[in-house]
Amino acid sequence: MHKPIIEWLEHRTGIQTIIKDFLYEDIPASSGWHQVIGSMAVFSFIIQVFTGILLAFNYAPTPGDSYNSVKYIVTELTGGRLIRGLHHWGASIMLIIVVLHMLQVFLYGAYKKPREATWMVGVVLLLITLGFGLTGYLLPWDNRAYWGTVVTTQIAGQAPIAGPYLARLLGGEGRIGVVTFARFYALHVLLLPPLTMILIGIHVYLVRKHGVTPAVGDTAPRRKFFPEQVFKDTVGVTLGFLILFTLAIVAEVPLGKLADPTDTNYVPRPEWYFLFLFQTLKFFKGPMEAVGSVVLPGLAVLGLFLIPFIDRGPLVRLGKRTFAFAFAALALIAWSGLTAAAIRTTPKNIEAADAPAEELQAWQQLTPPELQGIGHFRKENCKTCHPGAGKRGIGPDLTQMIPAHRNAAWMVPHFKRPSQVVPGSSMPPVQLGDPQLNALSAFVLKLTPQNEASLMSAPDFAVQGASIYEANHCGACHQISGAGMKMGPALDGVGQHRDRAWLEQHFLDPKSTSPGSIMPPYKFEPQEMDAICKYLLQLPKSGG
Amino acid sequence: MDPENLPHEPAVELSPTRRSFYIKFIYGAMSAIGAALAIPAAIYLFFPPKARKEGDYVEAADLSRIPVGTPEEISFQRTRIDGWKVTSEKATAWVVKTADNQVTAFAPQCTHLGCAYHWDQPTHNFVCPCHTSAFSIDGKVLSGPAPRPLDKYMVKIQGNKLAIGPLDTHA
Repeated sequence: MHKPIIEWLEHRTGIQTIIKDFLYEDIPASSGWHQVIGSMAVFSFIIQVFTGILLAFNYAPTPGDSYNSVKYIVTELTGGRLIRGLHHWGASIMLIIVVLHMLQVFLYGAYKKPREATWMVGVVLLLITLGFGLTGYLLPWDNRAYWGTVVTTQIAGQAPIAGPYLARLLGGEGRIGVVTFARFYALHVLLLPPLTMILIGIHVYLVRKHGVTPAVGDTAPRRKFFPEQVFKDTVGVTLGFLILFTLAIVAEVPLGKLADPTDTNYVPRPEWYFLFLFQTLKFFKGPMEAVGSVVLPGLAVLGLFLIPFIDRGPLVRLGKRTFAFAFAALALIAWSGLTAAAIRTTPKNIEAADAPAEELQAWQQLTPPELQGIGHFRKENCKTCHPGAGKRGIGPDLTQMIPAHRNAAWMVPHFKRPSQVVPGSSMPPVQLGDPQLNALSAFVLKLTPQNEASLMSAPDFAVQGASIYEANHCGACHQISGAGMKMGPALDGVGQHRDRAWLEQHFLDPKSTSPGSIMPPYKFEPQEMDAICKYLLQLPKSGG
Repeated sequence: MDPENLPHEPAVELSPTRRSFYIKFIYGAMSAIGAALAIPAAIYLFFPPKARKEGDYVEAADLSRIPVGTPEEISFQRTRIDGWKVTSEKATAWVVKTADNQVTAFAPQCTHLGCAYHWDQPTHNFVCPCHTSAFSIDGKVLSGPAPRPLDKYMVKIQGNKLAIGPLDTHA
């Protein structure tokens, strides 16, 4: 049935012949498992393109919004965590595969004449892979991304002569902001992918032009690429994919806090495969720094390029390439040593301070304004975006705020104009008056991972009672939990010597229960009376 | 002599069973990988975002200010979740209060193509300016191309306050 279609296609385009020529190419009998890595590299690039496009469907390429959209992808979209996992771990795996491919070619001496150009295109592809890692690192716009990129752009700026121009090109002059972000994004999705495709095309064309490198003295009958070698390639690809897929499911990709240029506690570190460069930098101090950051890596890249011209001897058996093996082993040892040293010297990023031990229900130890804040928190539906309980929402976990934000002076302006205080924040302004915002801030500042569950479950009567207490300025004379004035008696533990009837009578006519009291009478609605009495009667004795 | 151009013996064919095993494996593994990528991608693209609480009620109007029997257009602030953004936006509703204090809040778009309709006091109808759909005071289609009655918001009456919730999809 489909035969006529295939014949038509073949006649008009010659596609079948092209595919057949590709698959039935003659390859040396000595080809085998060691040559599957190149196919794996192409495949890993395809995975990156596929998952990258999927991510871009739900990604906003601007600082701030990018963070929110990545969070949206991993928390709101089914399968989003998997897609991001595939892209994130795929990047690392692609780099490993590209390096292994290069190592194999190096050890076998497959770069020798006439394949020098193939090798050099390969070196460019390795650099592009690193460029993908570097530019992609910024795109989630969390602290890790931000601070990692600050360091990167500064290093680029140190390059001799080209430094200032590079820094300007990356938009990283002075500070990282929207310009750097746009440049990194454009490089990552507009420039590098088509460049990679073109170079892979040239690379594969060159491989085909010169044929797969045979082993020395291989006179065995040649074979066809398909199906035996394709089968081996498929096994390699499948294995790589299984590892990647498992990683994407098992290992959660970190998404830290929104990038915060004022967070002085953050310890920036590059992605693992750049750690060796980071560590190298530590050996060069002062004016010598550019040697470690730019000159040495530059020379190393130049050396890689020139390998086919340095080693010009005839192809020899793998077992006789002692020098190549020694060189590769040395490079591997140096790389692992530097990486290990970098990991060992990385301090852990510190998180928020711990809460004091609790005996009572945590909410019982709140002051009236703090309790009132819970009311605003509920009424303003803050929970929609800050779900708490370790759950991920659109907004950050309020129990994990950094110390610099743990004060009302930061919090209240933030409530009024979130996007001015945190650029890129998608939080709508909280439309409340100053006293209410202060109460809301007082409550939010109290939140810790330990007390969160209790505070969030504070009963309505307590929240309402505290709000009535605040609305009537009871704190102008009374004290609860150390908050308020001492003109009247403190109200902590009032339930232990007064009952409901006494309280109600006291509100209606203070002098009838406490002769000489200067408290004015309060005529509450029945429901308000109920709430404030219940609230007062549960107050713990010594406050919190 | 060029070491790569040594004379080769003639090519040998693979045994048919081996060949067919290779081909089956290639197709099988490639299909499995394709499915492992395509299925999550389809889920990712076609499943709606996970349950978001957009169903909250917001206080929209003081009921005592709404006249009985005449629709009143009220505006209120509402939180809208738009992908990864949460915005506070102005929303409007046409509110009808009956003598027995029953309240209906209509979404302000015509059910035909989404134009904003208005209340026409002389004819006592809601009239859409785009394609002249007309609706009665209880939202029923009287004339024009509108395919269904006006959409309603869920409402709650709390004392004297009218709270407006999400669209009533069961209506």
